[in-house]
Amino acid sequence: MRRRTFLAAALAGTGAALTGGCAPSGPGVTRDTVRVGMLHSLSGTMAISEVTVRDAVLLAVERVNAAGGVLGRRIEPVVEDGASDEVTFADKARKLLMSDRVAAVFGGWTSASRKAMLPVFEAEDGLLFYPVQYEGMESSPNIVYTGATTNQQIVPALDHLRGQGHTRIHLVGSDYVFPRTANRVISAYAEAHGIEITGTDYTPLGHTEYTTVTAKIARARPDAVFNTLNGDSNVAFFKQLRSSGITADDMPVLSVSVAEEEVGGIGPEILDGHLVAWNYFQTTDTPENRDFVAAFQDEYGPRRVTSDPMQSAYNAVHLWAAAAEAAGGFDTGAVREAAAGLTIDAPEGPVTFDAESQHLAKTARIGRIGGDGAITEVANSGGPITPDPYLAGYDWAAPIRP
Amino acid sequence: MDALLTQLPIAAAVGAVLLLAALGLNFTFGQMGVINMAHGEFLMVGAYTAFALQAWAGLGGSAVLVALPVAFAVTALMGLALERGLIRHFYGRPLDTLLLTFGVSLLLQQLARDVFGAPNVDVAAPSWLAGGTGVLGVWLHHSRLFIILLAAVAVVAIALYIGRSRSGRYMRAVLHDRDLAAVSGIPVGRVDAATFAVGSGLAGVAGVALALIGPIGPSIGSSYIVDAFLVVVVGGLGQLRGAVIAAFALGALNAYSELWTGASLAKVVVFAVIIAFLQARPQGLFSVKTRALA
Repeated sequence: MRRRTFLAAALAGTGAALTGGCAPSGPGVTRDTVRVGMLHSLSGTMAISEVTVRDAVLLAVERVNAAGGVLGRRIEPVVEDGASDEVTFADKARKLLMSDRVAAVFGGWTSASRKAMLPVFEAEDGLLFYPVQYEGMESSPNIVYTGATTNQQIVPALDHLRGQGHTRIHLVGSDYVFPRTANRVISAYAEAHGIEITGTDYTPLGHTEYTTVTAKIARARPDAVFNTLNGDSNVAFFKQLRSSGITADDMPVLSVSVAEEEVGGIGPEILDGHLVAWNYFQTTDTPENRDFVAAFQDEYGPRRVTSDPMQSAYNAVHLWAAAAEAAGGFDTGAVREAAAGLTIDAPEGPVTFDAESQHLAKTARIGRIGGDGAITEVANSGGPITPDPYLAGYDWAAPIRP
Repeated sequence: MDALLTQLPIAAAVGAVLLLAALGLNFTFGQMGVINMAHGEFLMVGAYTAFALQAWAGLGGSAVLVALPVAFAVTALMGLALERGLIRHFYGRPLDTLLLTFGVSLLLQQLARDVFGAPNVDVAAPSWLAGGTGVLGVWLHHSRLFIILLAAVAVVAIALYIGRSRSGRYMRAVLHDRDLAAVSGIPVGRVDAATFAVGSGLAGVAGVALALIGPIGPSIGSSYIVDAFLVVVVGGLGQLRGAVIAAFALGALNAYSELWTGASLAKVVVFAVIIAFLQARPQGLFSVKTRALA
């Protein structure tokens, strides 16, 4: 199906869902079609990030359909808006599961939205594919986590900084669950490895006044900064850091929530030389990624970039389709069982579903932002890391385990 | 000690931003008693004016300077239209005015989303405003020095306008005793309109300054509106010197408590101090004794 007609169909689906509330009724799976939910913030403060993920999911659905669908059925997306509000996420998740009877839901970004949807998916025994790296310490049988957990992003990032000889690290983050949990992990790691934390600064989401924080950093003179700021605050933080006369040569900032999409917004010249930790970059050199980037830009325009969360969401659709094929049906339990040990060749390289933790084994990568805005890999873990959301395999993490 | 000194220009800059955001409100809320919830959106319009001049008119870094008078004119006209078209029909009905202007603020936010898009945009500062200078171990951000200077110029201009100009005298007369001013032949309706337009125009100027600090989005106004009201309330309604003192006091309180606690807690500290202060002085730092308010 061509882009226009496909998007029109998807939008018509949204419209119907908005007006009727019960509009796509009847069974979620018919002889020719299977309905899936897409639940992202299409409005509000998170829309800037989540719309890109929705685009990637729509592309994946379109490509699976073009290849004959799943078990001979065409995937029919039901698009809902989480509106950057966790209560709305929970309500819409309930609607998708109970009224639309979708076979699976792809959605969520903030940990707050995931935590709000979790009880709904557990109560209704639904299946949620969550595409964003997060703080770990969770493994619901009704969620498939296709982004990184702590030991696939934050721990490798710390290993990298330590390998570079950085022993004094400053922590800057937004004031909510992900940065606070991540910083507990970082502090435990630092304690065990003789790294000094020179200071920890939290700012409210959407904060733009960073001169006090940059003055504190300039005074503390750390070797590096570990940045867990989310959203637009990164723009103000990096600008004011630069106007404080601090460059990546003096002290690199390693960010875990700044990807290709954000680099364009902040301005590559300001970010030149700073580091990021992900599992995927637009420049990752695999045949699958060349195909993914080409298909995405063909669909949405040559100036659009691809990022780790988008790629993880794109993988989620393919993983679900492969698991359903293997299961021979769409029942949550059967799909979950069939997914165990399943490997797909993703743009980031091979990823394998680990049934025990509900996460994917994936390769950790550290990238350096160039003056042209492209992120190039400077280090990777050498192969997929087995997910360990509770950090059970790390002795230093004992004090922070639940 | 070192940290106390470094924090001084930061405190002054935070205070200057608060003051700029509150100066216009000092007219519309302080002088006229209109709770204008759309004041924050006038800030937003000012910021987007700088963006439009830079991105669409291709003015580059100098867009920020050109935007100052342009933003004043644009938001003053919008304020004039709002006052003449809507607010004047609701004088003496503060709750209705509040709801009405809240509606206008939502309308303007949506308009900005449609015109400029939902993602935030960015204004590049001219090269002479990027970066900073170290003086005696204290780091001065050039953009912040510019904002402090802008606030100082605005305060002097307002003081001259209120104290020396004819319409400024009219404004004071209407504030002191509306009925007496009316029977003395002062066109109170036109004075209301002018006061509201000047207050709105000042919001536009403040918006240009905000564009130098961080990204501009449709909801940028709502993050400053509460702080702006606080400055006016703490300073005393309609009191210019009260607003100046209150803005810099709150700026210093914010900057120094952030130094010791962090940005999230600093906000709590500031609110706690304001609540305690208003318990002791509900009328603010300064108050004017008038029959109109009695």
